[in-house]
Amino acid sequence: MAEAPLFKPKLKVGKPLFGILVFLMYVFLSAPLLIVFIVSFDSNQFLSFPPQGFTFKWYELLPKETTFMNGLRISLIVAPIVTLIVLLIGVPAALALDRFEFKAKGALQSFFLSPLLIPSIVLALGLVLLFSPLRLTNTYAGIVIGHVAITFPFVVRTTLMSLATSDTSCEAAARILGANSWTVFRRITLPIIQPGVIAGGVIAFIVSFDEAVISLFVAESGLPTLPVNVLRYVENQADAAVAALSVILILFSLVVVVIVERVMGLRKALR
Amino acid sequence: MSITQTEPRQADRPGHEPGALEKAKVARDRRTYIALLVPAILGLFVSFVLPLAYMIRMSFNQGAPDGVIVETFTLDTYIQPLTDPFYWRVTLDTFQMGVIVGILCVLVSYPVALFLARTTSKYKGLLIAIAIAPLLTSAVVRTYGWMVILGTNGLVNSSLKGMGIIDTPLKLTNNMTGVTIGLVEIFMPYAILAMISGFGRLSYQLEEAAGSLGANKFKVFTKVTLPLSLPGILTAFLMVFVLSISTFITPRLLGGGSVQVLATEIYDQTTGLLNWPFAAALSVILLVLFGAVIAVYQRITKKIGG
Repeated sequence: MAEAPLFKPKLKVGKPLFGILVFLMYVFLSAPLLIVFIVSFDSNQFLSFPPQGFTFKWYELLPKETTFMNGLRISLIVAPIVTLIVLLIGVPAALALDRFEFKAKGALQSFFLSPLLIPSIVLALGLVLLFSPLRLTNTYAGIVIGHVAITFPFVVRTTLMSLATSDTSCEAAARILGANSWTVFRRITLPIIQPGVIAGGVIAFIVSFDEAVISLFVAESGLPTLPVNVLRYVENQADAAVAALSVILILFSLVVVVIVERVMGLRKALR
Repeated sequence: MSITQTEPRQADRPGHEPGALEKAKVARDRRTYIALLVPAILGLFVSFVLPLAYMIRMSFNQGAPDGVIVETFTLDTYIQPLTDPFYWRVTLDTFQMGVIVGILCVLVSYPVALFLARTTSKYKGLLIAIAIAPLLTSAVVRTYGWMVILGTNGLVNSSLKGMGIIDTPLKLTNNMTGVTIGLVEIFMPYAILAMISGFGRLSYQLEEAAGSLGANKFKVFTKVTLPLSLPGILTAFLMVFVLSISTFITPRLLGGGSVQVLATEIYDQTTGLLNWPFAAALSVILLVLFGAVIAVYQRITKKIGG
């Protein structure tokens, strides 16, 4: 797809129709996010359509919703810790995979990415079974450990991508000039892999922040994160307060999307 | 060939004795990469390997009422889901849901992926980003959005009622219809990503060549475009299938308790009935189903890649 077509296609008749079809599919894809946005400003308390009037009251009510606020507090403790841990263990692992040669390399790389291939409900069950006798359910440690598994692959992948597109000659040069390993890492390697580390870090943060299944299994009763509380709230009632909260969460995700797109490209980071 | 493999062999040969410096470097490298890898291996072992291994072991225990677990080694927990008609129903429903969502998702994603692969617009990057950005939004939020759209007083029903097309609201939530619609949309970005990557050999030049050789548009599509995009379509389907059969939030919320699939059943057995060995056995069954499809999927992607 890199090269431009030699001449423009002559799909004249089909083109507007195809364009409309693509547009409709985009609408379908964005429908739930758009609708949440509209409903969040609707003055009618119960979900209905079309909107009755414009109001900010749902947003004003949010700080008083203790379930959401408590959940938010827990999620905002968990997500940064998870991000820090996966960066601290993921970035060195990616460095080892890219900059050194050893036998088990291929196997290790598959192992590091394998949490992406396991259904989160299965891992969630495993975690709760393992944690119960250890008294780790309903603890921060329990949630964090669970989130580490599912966010780790993103950090390894994005860091590996940054490493793959860089060459090692600068590092070699610095070493010859007398820099020690730590200096080489801090002054040369780190700036090179910075986009991958940033992309991996923000993806890990948002994945942990939005994660509901593992948190639900591991800490539903004692330490419900924001997504768990939203899930339980929506199960019982679906009023516009959730819509306002959802809009804020969507905007939050949007920030992450923009950062990832800027530093390394969303498609590259998520494939 | 890796250094650790070649280095000792060279040392065996006379005259190729590596210098002390070289040896020291190999040893130092070895220490470095092991030090770099150990935290990650430990981290994944605790958070990933151990829970799964423990769960598999648990599936061979015997569950008794009120969450009592009898430590033993039995296949009883597997016999029930594999013989009980109810669990056959659940497993088949899960499988069927995966297939239907997979097919529908491919159908709605194909035009978008085709468009994104072909377009020369300067907004191509932005258009791709919009298509896959929903991946980074919460599944709970997106499912909630579908509840608003499909609910009894939701967008669809009130619009249809307003236009006088229906009198009683359509039942679009708390059933498989709602779950299917929601899942198709939620997995669209995955399908689009998989397809764009799988469309590698698709090009305008080929389509144009077929056209100038006299093929009409229908023929260009069936003889050139479709066959070339088939690998992408297949990987997208398999990906959406595995995601669908293991997803929990959307069946839970849009199904409203009346849609029973393996994932919701695992949750109910774990938290409601406290039958952990049974929940573990259901998870292993899901994992086997999942693994089989992943194996096929990786074989296909390898073929496309190579």
